[in-house]
Amino acid sequence: MSILVNKDTRVVIQGITGEYGSQHARACLAYGTKVVAGVTPGRGGQRFEDKVPLYDTVEDAVKKEGADVSCIFVPPAGAADAIVEAADAGCRLVICITEGIPVLDMVKVRRYLEGKPTRLIGPNCPGIITPEECKIGIMPGHIHKKGHIGVLSKSGTLTYEAVGQLTALGVGQSSCVGIGGDPVAGMDFIDVLELFNEDPDTHGVIMIGEIGGGAEQKAAAWIKANMKKPVAALIAGRAAPPGKRMGHAGAIISGGKGTAAEKIEALEDAGVKVAPTPADMASTLMSLMK
Amino acid sequence: MKIHEYQAKQIFARYGIPVPKGEPAFSVAEAEAAAQRLIEATGIPVVVVKAQIHAGGRGKGGGVKVAKGGVADARALAEKILGMQLITVQTGPAGQKVRRLYIEQGLDIDREIYLALTLDRDRRRIAIMASREGGMDIEQVAHDTPEKIHTLHVDPVIGLAPYQARKLGYALGLGAKEQMRQFTKLLDGLYKCFLAEDCSLVEINPLVVTKKGDIVALDGKVTFDDNAEIRHPEWADLRDADEEDPVELEAKKVGISYVSLDGDIGCLVNGAGLAMGTMDIILHYGGKPANFLDVGGGASKEQVKKAFQMILRSDKVKGIFVNIFGGIMRCDVVAEGVVAATKELGLSVPLVVRLEGTNVEAGKKILDESGLKIESASSMGDGAQKIVAAVKQGAAA
Repeated sequence: MSILVNKDTRVVIQGITGEYGSQHARACLAYGTKVVAGVTPGRGGQRFEDKVPLYDTVEDAVKKEGADVSCIFVPPAGAADAIVEAADAGCRLVICITEGIPVLDMVKVRRYLEGKPTRLIGPNCPGIITPEECKIGIMPGHIHKKGHIGVLSKSGTLTYEAVGQLTALGVGQSSCVGIGGDPVAGMDFIDVLELFNEDPDTHGVIMIGEIGGGAEQKAAAWIKANMKKPVAALIAGRAAPPGKRMGHAGAIISGGKGTAAEKIEALEDAGVKVAPTPADMASTLMSLMK
Repeated sequence: MKIHEYQAKQIFARYGIPVPKGEPAFSVAEAEAAAQRLIEATGIPVVVVKAQIHAGGRGKGGGVKVAKGGVADARALAEKILGMQLITVQTGPAGQKVRRLYIEQGLDIDREIYLALTLDRDRRRIAIMASREGGMDIEQVAHDTPEKIHTLHVDPVIGLAPYQARKLGYALGLGAKEQMRQFTKLLDGLYKCFLAEDCSLVEINPLVVTKKGDIVALDGKVTFDDNAEIRHPEWADLRDADEEDPVELEAKKVGISYVSLDGDIGCLVNGAGLAMGTMDIILHYGGKPANFLDVGGGASKEQVKKAFQMILRSDKVKGIFVNIFGGIMRCDVVAEGVVAATKELGLSVPLVVRLEGTNVEAGKKILDESGLKIESASSMGDGAQKIVAAVKQGAAA
């Protein structure tokens, strides 16, 4: 078991013929992901690398190849439209890797997805991987190992750091989800924690948050009330000064809100063990596991 | 991206939002001429001389003065404010040099209101916030008496509903018919402005009711969503490079995310999260980061070289920590960039490198063969401890 994606997941990649999209499509294929279609308007009927059929629309890819999950590498100006297209085509899960989508576009997209069955991961995220089964996104596949720890994170490279630490200890992962660092995104911590909580193959969770906003505090309250499994956490940005955006559009302390201290306090109050440094994420979780 | 008050007001005017008459001035002579024209146009001998810097709190810092004595008085104030090092709660102790002024007509003010539009991340909607307690201390109002701040959220499907605007107007005591008409029109214009101009913040503090009963935006603060720059070529003309950190601006040009900090350990990292984490772990082991630097996911050798040179050129840097977990980023590319940068500028401070991930062996080989004095680290924790120790040793010597 795992969450959201597994060896049977059929993936369509939107923007597969772009430089970035093609590079990562190749890596996903090499990992063993069932990439069944690509979408680039105007290239319908051709093939990507002589293998993957291309379509003009996501709807065609879903109808003809049975794609159920979409992965988006479309540039920022067209990415919101790509998400809407994937949802309208009936994809159950949409993973948007694109960085730099205007926030007002995402406000509209999130409103559009309300009441629809489509789940969105990202944008501005590394994607999702169920080790040794299905990699959808830009994470380095080789650092992962199949196992029972769930990882979820706003940051790509810190996810790799956590996974690298787990694998070095010989501990594998059930699924790893990068939810992205934008102020308005799809699935949040609680959406993913719910799935890990119900997944019998996930025995513990590492959750990686950062300064800015209130998502970590909300997740802490949810964990306190519902979580049945041990959770270790990291909050990045303790050293960040207020008012400065730290790379991610969402990582900014404004009006004294969204500080690391505030988030760590909420998590500890919920029984989550917070790693003292980013180098201690795996060992902190393992100290909670029996 | 931030812009000046006078630029914000020029944008407001395009959306039908009433602003006082005013003109920007870049010299004392221009300020004097502007005051002359304003006084002639309005028939009132009172103008306001306002320092234009991006930081808030200008009034309290002495950057906004009322000239009641006509053109000569305005000139005297312009002489005083232009070129001054204005220190406000938001500038830090060094302050910000005043290079531009805004000369504005004086108004007879009855009362002051606070009004702002921003993104509410948790609700994923644009929030409109307003309070009768306008003026300079809105943060204090929010802290002490949050019930005095009225908030509404706009559904992007139907936009700002007229009833919402009216409701806010009543809450602000603007129930009189003509005032309500002015207020709802202004709010509608502001919402349209927020969307069309891709703002992340629009703040008017204060929005004033004049003695005649008219509603006017006496101040204007606009911040744009940086991600939307792709569809706003006109922003290039609104940017004021003097208001931005030159190093951060240079970084942006080469596609690197860089923020200057107060410490002495330079950091070069891939990924925003790992870059923040690297600052944190340096702090944890007793050091102080000199910067946040994310070279991004797919940086080229040239970008890494530029990034490393930016760190090398800073004289406050007493040691450098390179922390890379290569996913898309290849370790050999990072190593090549670091070596190329030091060939041009030399390396006089300790350098600790931690490489992990894609092409890590090739990267380590390039560093080993470079002849540079590099201490390699087996993990992020190991690297942080090594650079903190090296910098402390350097300071003791």
